[in-house]
Amino acid sequence: MYRILKKRELAENVDEFVVEASEIAKKAEPGQFVIVRISKKGERIPLTIAEKDCDAGTITLMVQRVGKTTFHLSCLEEGHVITDVVGPLGKPTHLEKWGHVVCIGGGLGLAPVHHIAQGVKDAENRITTIMGFRREDLVFWEEKMKLISDRLIVTTNDGSYGMKGLVTDALQELIDSGEEINMVITAGPVPMMKAVAELTKKYRIPTVASLNPVMVDGTGMCGACRVTVNGEVKFACVDGPEFDAHKVEFDELINRLNMFKTLEGEALKEFQKKHCGCGKE
Amino acid sequence: MGKKEIRKEKIPVPERSARERIKDFKEVKLGYTPELAIEEAKRCIQCPTAPCVEGCPVRVPIPQFIELIAEGKFVDAARKIKEENVLPSICGRVCPQEDQCEKVCVVGKLGQPVNIGALEAFAGDYEAKVGVEKPKKAESTGKKVAVIGSGPGGITCAADLAKLGHSVTIFEALHEPGGVLIYGIPEFRLPNEIVYGELDVLKELGVEVKLNYVIGKTKVLEELRNEFDAVFIASGAGLPYMLNIEGLNLNGVYAANEFLTRVNLMGAYRFPDYDTPVFTGKRVAVIGGGNTAMDVARTAKRLNGVEEVYIIYRRSEKEMPARVEEIHHAQEEGVVFQTLTNPVKFLGENGWLKGIECVRMELSEPDESGRRRPIPIEGSNFVIDIDAAVLAIGQGPNPIVMEGVDGLDIGKWGQIVVDSETCKTSLEGVFAGGDVIHGGSTVIQAMGDARKAAAAIHEYLFEN
Repeated sequence: MYRILKKRELAENVDEFVVEASEIAKKAEPGQFVIVRISKKGERIPLTIAEKDCDAGTITLMVQRVGKTTFHLSCLEEGHVITDVVGPLGKPTHLEKWGHVVCIGGGLGLAPVHHIAQGVKDAENRITTIMGFRREDLVFWEEKMKLISDRLIVTTNDGSYGMKGLVTDALQELIDSGEEINMVITAGPVPMMKAVAELTKKYRIPTVASLNPVMVDGTGMCGACRVTVNGEVKFACVDGPEFDAHKVEFDELINRLNMFKTLEGEALKEFQKKHCGCGKE
Repeated sequence: MGKKEIRKEKIPVPERSARERIKDFKEVKLGYTPELAIEEAKRCIQCPTAPCVEGCPVRVPIPQFIELIAEGKFVDAARKIKEENVLPSICGRVCPQEDQCEKVCVVGKLGQPVNIGALEAFAGDYEAKVGVEKPKKAESTGKKVAVIGSGPGGITCAADLAKLGHSVTIFEALHEPGGVLIYGIPEFRLPNEIVYGELDVLKELGVEVKLNYVIGKTKVLEELRNEFDAVFIASGAGLPYMLNIEGLNLNGVYAANEFLTRVNLMGAYRFPDYDTPVFTGKRVAVIGGGNTAMDVARTAKRLNGVEEVYIIYRRSEKEMPARVEEIHHAQEEGVVFQTLTNPVKFLGENGWLKGIECVRMELSEPDESGRRRPIPIEGSNFVIDIDAAVLAIGQGPNPIVMEGVDGLDIGKWGQIVVDSETCKTSLEGVFAGGDVIHGGSTVIQAMGDARKAAAAIHEYLFEN
């Protein structure tokens, strides 16, 4: 039984769920994800494990409302049960003692970045976290990230909170300050990860990106999550989801994320016809 | 007793017209009526050698069950089959009988063989309608067996072991049991209801099925070895082979596994009532000539908005590995066969598939497989305009279950190496069967392995 024990709205259209899943919690490592299905007619969607608690037997999932399933998920309350949760899937983050690691998360990318940063810290690294949002009211998990990070930089596009600009602006400043950076790990919107990769490539800073392609089974069976890395076709669900960001073809990933956009839009419209605009019944 | 005249042709199995059936996903074959089944059963001459039994990987007592049908004892016929095969309704539908039991049928020497497959399905379906007998179970042995995968191999092995009194737990990675029977084979060939019906045998036998459980991830093989007295791996061939040509990652290019999983398992043909979409556009090309290719082509033909479906295959129709019946059904349903044609590259526009460049092929000398090798005809390139392409060029064993496992012998194409008599792997107490040892094979092959493995596991449990 994958019962929702806690639920709260983190920001506009972003929900956090603490879900009972003891066997998954026991195994979950940084970088891994689960596949979730919320009804008998539901689709399977991948969600990163943002945090786990082995003692409580729970995992924490962060969900951005973008399509029918995520809007529907936001209708579920504490005590409700998620039909299916399977995992932990994907390869765990490769961790070692690098020295100074910069973890960069944009919006929902904070989910993987949080769990990964915990691992990076456990591997005895110094961590600078850069978290980027569009506006102040969209900022979340700042306290949590502060606990893990040696230094935390928050950016907003409009400057309503923290530093004005993009995560890459903050990263550029950090590089310009002359401070040594041994590794960059990033997750978030694909254009953001692409920009981070382009910047760090220039300075030859090793960079890993956690990718978020379309998936169905999540076990390497269907090939929906194909990405091109270093000219080779990889399945993000089993070969990743993390890859050398300097070798990922981000434009292809952006394009592939559009494959079902039109149909997904139709499904969401149908769903919202039956529910009010916010997705709540 | 005078010699009776044997009808040379099979009694045809009633089926829906192509025009009618491509409008939905309901089963194409309607199956024998009791009268037709009796008539067909009477074609069996009850020959004493019964080569058909030898031809069957699980040794179904074919003459005996057919005789029971001829006598109108349909339920007894089903129970006779179930002595050796717990899935008659499934096997009757999807076994390649023409290469097995029916291939060696003595009646087949005089004309067409007895329609063993259709009779098997008839008996299974009949019993399901009137009420399935609760399977008998031996007293509990206190031994525990883990089975990885709930496809035909896993079901069969679990049922055999449970009947022998062992406590069996099946671990299934997906959210539904059935494996390839559910995610792979389309409903118009094997309705999901039939699969769920026959899966009930597991419940009756007290087999626990743990869904959403990926061995290699949620638990690793080593843990199962510690918790159980023996393990049977039947995780199938869930690793699609991709065609390494330009444009593979354009939007609109699928592996057959993805396409079929979306439609069969996830119900994409009922989108948006079901949440999972499948994008096809108007023109779909399927690359390959096996049963999976036929399944994809016929599935595509039934989807909303699809106007034209092509099969692109590099050899001629004669070399196609698909069952003749499947090829025939696909052609009846209007699938266009582009044989002696090989894809060279996928052509795209703004990231979306628009066409496929192909080259004409000709056949030369036979290769290792005995089939004539196709070679490209230079300068014969041409383009077919399409919106979606589905690769059905085969699959290999999914490696996830073997990840991080020490001491398990793996073959050169990723298959688990086993002893062919016992299905024993190189790891003590671990057995494997089905597609994970053969690559892409058949439902009945998996079941044959599973029965062998079950017998070997039973023996092993008592030695230890």
